[in-house]
Amino acid sequence: MCLGVPGRVVEVKGVTAIVDFWGARRETRLDVIDEPVVPGDYILNHVGFAIRKIPAHEIGETLALYEQLLREAEAEDMMAADVRGEIEATGGPHD
Amino acid sequence: MTDTIALGGASQLRFRDPAKARALSAALGHVCDAIGRERISVMHVCGSHEQSIAKFGLRSILPRRLNVIMGPGCPVCVTDVPEVDEAVVLAQDGKIIATYGDMLRVPGTAGSLADVQAAGARVEVVYSAVQAVELARDTTEEVVFFASGFETTAVATAAIVLDQPPPNLTILSAHKYIPPVMEIVAEMPETRVEGFLAAGHAAAITGSAIFERFVEKHRLPVVVAGFEPLDILAGLVKLVELIRDGTPAVANMFPRCVTPEGNRNAQRQLWRVFRATGGVWRGIAHVPNGNLRLRDEFRHLDARQRFAIDLRRLWTHAPSRLTQVCICGDIMAGISSPSSCPLFGKECLPENPVGACMVSSEGTCRIWHQYGGHPDL
Repeated sequence: MCLGVPGRVVEVKGVTAIVDFWGARRETRLDVIDEPVVPGDYILNHVGFAIRKIPAHEIGETLALYEQLLREAEAEDMMAADVRGEIEATGGPHD
Repeated sequence: MTDTIALGGASQLRFRDPAKARALSAALGHVCDAIGRERISVMHVCGSHEQSIAKFGLRSILPRRLNVIMGPGCPVCVTDVPEVDEAVVLAQDGKIIATYGDMLRVPGTAGSLADVQAAGARVEVVYSAVQAVELARDTTEEVVFFASGFETTAVATAAIVLDQPPPNLTILSAHKYIPPVMEIVAEMPETRVEGFLAAGHAAAITGSAIFERFVEKHRLPVVVAGFEPLDILAGLVKLVELIRDGTPAVANMFPRCVTPEGNRNAQRQLWRVFRATGGVWRGIAHVPNGNLRLRDEFRHLDARQRFAIDLRRLWTHAPSRLTQVCICGDIMAGISSPSSCPLFGKECLPENPVGACMVSSEGTCRIWHQYGGHPDL
């Protein structure tokens, strides 16, 4: 559960943002994050809240672990399940 | 591309850059040889670290003398029996319990939330504190959010408390705070931990500087590490270097995620809503300042204040024989490992757990059970 999941901000509406997690568009809360986010930024989501903005030069590296996890994982793999759970933790879906 | 290399025995090492992993593994070997002691034990305190270590077979490439232990890094596992009992009693009394999925099957005195759910009580699994709020908005009944997790997750609970939640929502906090338990474990004579690997995302909230005081007091190094296999190996190299040099310090090996000061906005919300108070961590000890409880200012949102929770009705239940055999506590204290437990993989299985360590996806037993345990090379 402390893995979190990275996503790309699509739209900001007050204290919530619509965030794209590999095609799934969800609502993430912005109460906790400590810097402003704008569409195009990547954030790390934990239990439905953005906890930090991912610096631009770190985005590729950060996404890689998750992509490998989600691509390879069998249905019962617990790390992948945690990542899917983090996506579930967001409000949604939004198209 | 994923490289797969087989490393003898039952384990396989699978990740993106085996060459770098081998180089880090070799570096670990040199440093551990330089230290020379037969056994060098270090501890991490994070379920996600253990998942990554087990999933990617990292123990199979560690030097034989380096022992990487998972400490009390699973918030569900250290939730004490009376805390589970409080949720069970509230559910039996007709409150709707909203909780994270991992809490469902954690055994209390007379059973788990899953048991009372099967008996007709309303227990709803949520992935986020926000979903607990939505649940309360959709009903006039009392909804109790049984909130577990370390500081990273407690921040989310704090945010909903500060956002004018509906009047029929209360919080039953089982949140725990990691830094104080590190002090307890560091002082356990049986554990003999020589350094800690701190979890990256928890430190993203608290900042790496929070460990400075710990290092000064206990003279043990703390290295903040990420979750990629290479992050963990690099963190371990730094940790054993600090042990070798006898220079206890805080090192941040996850700077892409963690700053010294952390997320100040999150800390402000966390400490505005919660106070740290002493309490028992299941299987570990009484941990001064280890529990996060709502401040008095928010007592109207505190389930413990709003409802008279009488646990006495559960006291007639004797603990089962298996519960008394379970060594979950010793495992979390780093004194024992799942493979030393007579129940592991036999009477105690994920579908029928005896101890909390087999329930949660962050529990050592559950992780070892899924990924084939501790490679014995």
